[in-house]
Amino acid sequence: MTDLDLLYSEVEEDLRSTVRDLLADRCPPAAVIAVYDGDRTLVDPLWQALAVDLGLAGLLVPEDRGGAGASAREAAVVLEELGRAAAPVPFLTSAVVATTVLLAAGSDLAATLTASLAAGERTAVLVVPFTAAPFTAASGAEAPGAEASGAEAPGARLAAVDVVGPHTLTGTVTTVAGALEADLLLVPAYRDGRVTLYAVDAALVDRRPVVSFDMTRQLADVHLLDVEATPVLDDPDDPGAAERAIRAGLTAGTALLASEQLGVASWCLDETVKYLRTRRQFGRVVGGFQALKHRLADLYAGVESAAAAARYAAAALASGDPDLAVATSVAAAFCGDLAVVAAEEAVQLHGGIGMTWEYPAHLYLKKAKADQIAFGTPGAHRALLASLVHLPGAPH
Amino acid sequence: MADEHAIEAIHADLRTRVRTFLADHDPAGVRTDADRLEFLRSRYDAGLAWVAFPVGHGGLGLGQSYQSEVDASFAAAGAPDNRPHANGIGLGMAAPTIAAFGTEEQKRRYLRPLWTGEEIWCQLFSEPGAGSDLANVATRAVRDGDTWIVNGQKVWTSGAHHSDLAILVARTDIDLPKHRGLTYFLCDMHDPGVDVRPLRQITGEAEFNEVFLTDVRIPDSQRLGAVGDGWRVATGTLNNERVSIGGKATVREAGMIGVVADTWRVRPELRTPELHDRLMKLWVEAEVARLTGRRLAQKLAQGQPGPEGSAIKLAFARINQQLSGLELELLGEEGLRYSDWTMVRPERVEFTARDAGYRYLRAKGNSIEGGTSEILRNILAERVLGLPGEPRVDKDVPWKDTAR
Repeated sequence: MTDLDLLYSEVEEDLRSTVRDLLADRCPPAAVIAVYDGDRTLVDPLWQALAVDLGLAGLLVPEDRGGAGASAREAAVVLEELGRAAAPVPFLTSAVVATTVLLAAGSDLAATLTASLAAGERTAVLVVPFTAAPFTAASGAEAPGAEASGAEAPGARLAAVDVVGPHTLTGTVTTVAGALEADLLLVPAYRDGRVTLYAVDAALVDRRPVVSFDMTRQLADVHLLDVEATPVLDDPDDPGAAERAIRAGLTAGTALLASEQLGVASWCLDETVKYLRTRRQFGRVVGGFQALKHRLADLYAGVESAAAAARYAAAALASGDPDLAVATSVAAAFCGDLAVVAAEEAVQLHGGIGMTWEYPAHLYLKKAKADQIAFGTPGAHRALLASLVHLPGAPH
Repeated sequence: MADEHAIEAIHADLRTRVRTFLADHDPAGVRTDADRLEFLRSRYDAGLAWVAFPVGHGGLGLGQSYQSEVDASFAAAGAPDNRPHANGIGLGMAAPTIAAFGTEEQKRRYLRPLWTGEEIWCQLFSEPGAGSDLANVATRAVRDGDTWIVNGQKVWTSGAHHSDLAILVARTDIDLPKHRGLTYFLCDMHDPGVDVRPLRQITGEAEFNEVFLTDVRIPDSQRLGAVGDGWRVATGTLNNERVSIGGKATVREAGMIGVVADTWRVRPELRTPELHDRLMKLWVEAEVARLTGRRLAQKLAQGQPGPEGSAIKLAFARINQQLSGLELELLGEEGLRYSDWTMVRPERVEFTARDAGYRYLRAKGNSIEGGTSEILRNILAERVLGLPGEPRVDKDVPWKDTAR
């Protein structure tokens, strides 16, 4: 455990201001609320502005492949701001998860695809359920540093798709985040009991939008029926390569989702404090009532803690620290729950206005609750941690 | 953050200073107590005691972040340390306050023997009528020429029975509102008017004392800060206290979580699924509290302790209490046995010491000492979040006219 920097560098703060300014201008709450009513006119131009104009699509891509050559620390700051604005863009699914998978894959095709992602020419998605954790307690034997903990559980299977012809895929993957915005699908598929990774043109695939609990990250069920695909990683001589790349992508997604959750929680705290400093009842500013002050103080302490956990996970990811697996699950377990608490407190402490469709608090409650379930619930990550830090459960 | 090259240059310079010092003062030659003191005094004079302190007062005016490397180098060389556990109040609270508010002469007189452990300090702040409302202290200091005559009663004074000096807050003007009539003093605990009596506590022992002050004489040269400025000085001390109570654990599983985790690992027969869920939740919270402490320390390395430290102490108290309660349930039958209720004076207080029952009871103090959790929440809400203050009926009234 090295003493990783848990603060923000000047470069990171500059990036934050740039992203925040653009979101203030281009992502107003009313337009985000409209997404729930089926008006997605906000989404494409906003993603173009972030991905291409600011170059965020290639943030994690090395400069020699057309990217910005930044690290997970910067990506985490972007996610904090996207969380604060509840911005409906596929940064996490394309610029973090899919990009990390391709970078880890390292094949020629992967390099070409990475460059097109970095240029903002394409948007990609790793076709797995949004609930897929990088590791589970049952598969924890594979997590770096974990104790062997038995056979793989049925739910831990990485892919629901099979390679049925030489380069043909069939299968259904439900509840995929980022599939609707993507034109390139990265599909984990089984061939002879091992995991492979294929690239599929989204236009060839039946993607059915799901009415989603969090419409700022609308999910889709992805149906592949004898779909033509190009192998990204399908080498019998290195049968673990695809699985490693996929798990690397999911680890990056999990570690950095914590920063989005931090952004969500920060918005909830800031806006609730702001509101309670002006709202009057009984002839007093209600933020002066101790019952409310103390809840906000606890929330502040929680948000500060979430900041430490999220920064630690981002820093560990950025430096490839050996503590990454623990850092990731600690951040997922803590920030996942904390963001939900923050959003629930925001709704309650705003009183009636927090229940309205017009006021954006509900965007954050829905996002926080959905994010809590994404990449493995806090409970799943605590179970994984139990194996990582050698605190096994009760014998059966 | 400062430039990386500049930071590396400072580290290199520190390493050279420590190496040179150790070459001139071989720790192997330290045999007697006198040798030890001589060694510590020289280390202080070389500016290698607390590097964040000013040059000439045991430091080099560097950031706090450089301290651990220096301490580690001395420890690795087998050098005697200044037994920091024996003088926690002195090092954690009196020293930073004297450094911040003291005159050059006061710094020269008090800081060196404080650091070397020749003089042990305690804190005369709380009173029976001034707990959370510390500004309500009733201990009076009345001026008599160049001397102050002090009368009153203090309470919850840890270590008073073996202290040489105390930081003291007393009322010097009863006609002013409560915050404005206070003055901060450095009090000689060997004065014949100081009477220290043990205060037996929930665990059966007595780490704390009641201190009765009867016509104690304090020279005006031992006043810290201006007359009437005691509240501001005391606030500086208390921010340091919260950092020192909450901000210690730096390695994973330090403190209470480590104790409970060890029991969990070596006693599989005690495990239940319900306890496992609670343990893992608390493990995550303890780890996040550790990271939050590290993050605050990184912030402090660039500035001064502020009210943010209160957030860490809140978490620390809650986690310690929940973990020590969990441990008793985990132990079951053993949890029903207590080591010893005999009244003793512990030499050294460790929240994780003794048995599970002791830890559970002692942890109850964590949300009271150094600011109750309720007061800390007020502080965070008001000073960090900018929410309105509590109604204060006594704030602008002369202290002598307030209801007490």
